[in-house]
Amino acid sequence: MLIFGIPIQLFSTQIMLGLINGAFYALLSLGLAIIFGLLNIVNFAHGAFYMLGAFAALLLLEHLGINYWVALAVVPLGIGLLGCVIERFILRWIYDLDHLYGMILTFGMGLVIVGIFRNLYGATGLAYSMPAGLQGGYNLGFMYLPASRAFVIVASVLVCLATWIAIEKTRMGSWLRAATEKPQLTEAFGINVPLLVTLTYGFGVALAAFAGVLAAPIFSVNPTMGSDLIIVVFAVVVIGGMGSISGAILTGFMLGLVEGLTKVFWPQASSTVIFVIMAIVLLVRPAGLFGKQA
Amino acid sequence: MPHKQAAETTRQDLAAPLGMSRTHQVVMLLLVALVIAAPFALYPLFVAKLLCFALFALSLNLMLGNLGLLSFGHAAYFGLSSYAAAHAAKIWGFTPEVAILFGVLVALSLGAVIGALAVRRKGIYFAMVTLAFAQMVYFFSLQAPFTGGEDGIQRVPRGELFGLFSLRDDRALYALVGVVFIAGVLALYRITYSPFGQILRAIRDNEARAVSLGYRVNGYKWLAFVLGAGFAGLAGAMKAIAFQLASLTDVYWGMSGEVVLMALIGGMGTFFGPVVGAGLVVWMQNELAGFGAWVTIIQGMVFMLCILAFREGILGTVRQLIGRKL
Repeated sequence: MLIFGIPIQLFSTQIMLGLINGAFYALLSLGLAIIFGLLNIVNFAHGAFYMLGAFAALLLLEHLGINYWVALAVVPLGIGLLGCVIERFILRWIYDLDHLYGMILTFGMGLVIVGIFRNLYGATGLAYSMPAGLQGGYNLGFMYLPASRAFVIVASVLVCLATWIAIEKTRMGSWLRAATEKPQLTEAFGINVPLLVTLTYGFGVALAAFAGVLAAPIFSVNPTMGSDLIIVVFAVVVIGGMGSISGAILTGFMLGLVEGLTKVFWPQASSTVIFVIMAIVLLVRPAGLFGKQA
Repeated sequence: MPHKQAAETTRQDLAAPLGMSRTHQVVMLLLVALVIAAPFALYPLFVAKLLCFALFALSLNLMLGNLGLLSFGHAAYFGLSSYAAAHAAKIWGFTPEVAILFGVLVALSLGAVIGALAVRRKGIYFAMVTLAFAQMVYFFSLQAPFTGGEDGIQRVPRGELFGLFSLRDDRALYALVGVVFIAGVLALYRITYSPFGQILRAIRDNEARAVSLGYRVNGYKWLAFVLGAGFAGLAGAMKAIAFQLASLTDVYWGMSGEVVLMALIGGMGTFFGPVVGAGLVVWMQNELAGFGAWVTIIQGMVFMLCILAFREGILGTVRQLIGRKL
């Protein structure tokens, strides 16, 4: 069977690969958006925390025999805590400054983290053995869907959805939204905003680490795995606009899909299509698809 | 006429040569003396490299220092121009000065396109947009046939300047780099302290007011962006000819980060700061060359330290101590 003259297998496989990329874009841009909303910091170290998540899963398996499923819960928690410590002792000093300083500071932080891992493990990739539950796959008739890839998409959708509900529908989320809009006023109502800021950064970082654990079995684990990804995610964030949680999630998946489709029709352009879309969005709607006009 | 008003406020400065204050005259003379003396004390090619990066860092600071806008993908203009110059010199057999001019032209054109898009956003978004477009240029360079992929363009001939003077000798090459560097510094200085530069700083300090005074703010930002890209291109093209190599390193975001570090260490709020910063970063890389990834770690630490405790940079701190504009 052909779709636009292209075998349906190839077509659906590229769509699936696109959705997987989209799953990572969504998780990472969601974390960036939450952090930016409250802290006004573009967390350049986000890619490094993603890499840290993948490495943590790998090391836990190799040295402590802790499996993938436990790592999915433990690693984000641990790295989220690390994020809280970093916020408390480093980021807290620069909130009064121009936002650019935050970006440069976290850029430096990312360099340090990636540099340490390059010293320890070199630049070549390590392989994370596929967990037992994710081997095999499903024959859908028109394509073969490996379980590991299906799981990444489902897990990302669920976590994104849970995060959206937590922010839009719960009491804690309402504090977060209030503090994002008017921090001083929120504090006057007796809400501990500094603590909220710490937890928010920790949570955003935990999302990146979760994405890292998801990536471990399907991509090669190496120190620079997050460095190029995070720049693409910046483009995703510019396209979506950082103002909206659901916008970040939708834009992430959508752009992954577009990338997959481009790979079908014009493979050479697949690495640049997101930047081209960014250019178009800047021309037509500079504030981003879901952003508020500044 | 808004221009006239801006011009009047600088008339006093403009009376001096190039509008330089006394302190700046001293610093400029010192810089020229250093450029002349350095190759006698240090390896000329090392100083040439330093001068290329110093010009690159100055080109970044044109926007950062005067507009407060960070072009976080500045390596794109530096790198693409170095590819263009290397290609022109090696494949087309252009003489070095024409190859460099061609590189600058390519950087100007790229800057014109990316700048037109990027100035539509401000602050942090501006930084992200420029970084993302630079990554696009990197992916392009990775795939494009003429860049040589991972190998880059190697063994670029230095050729003969104007078809007359051979640049094969390192000292002859250094003379060219030194002259272009000084000319570049003077040009950037003139731009920075011109009425145009005044308007840029006015936009930085109060954009709404600049708009209400009738300035087409985005046009000024765009022009500053294009000029910055052009000077970055000049630095990149010169580096390609001097080191006979154009490679992916020059377009990668790591290079963009390095040039930000140079401006930051030297002092973003000063004119000459980036030169000092470039000297320090290039020297540091030279010293740490054998330590592999430690360079990245130390650079990252320096970034963090600068932001947390040393935001004024070296010349910014000196300026505070001596109480003069630098």
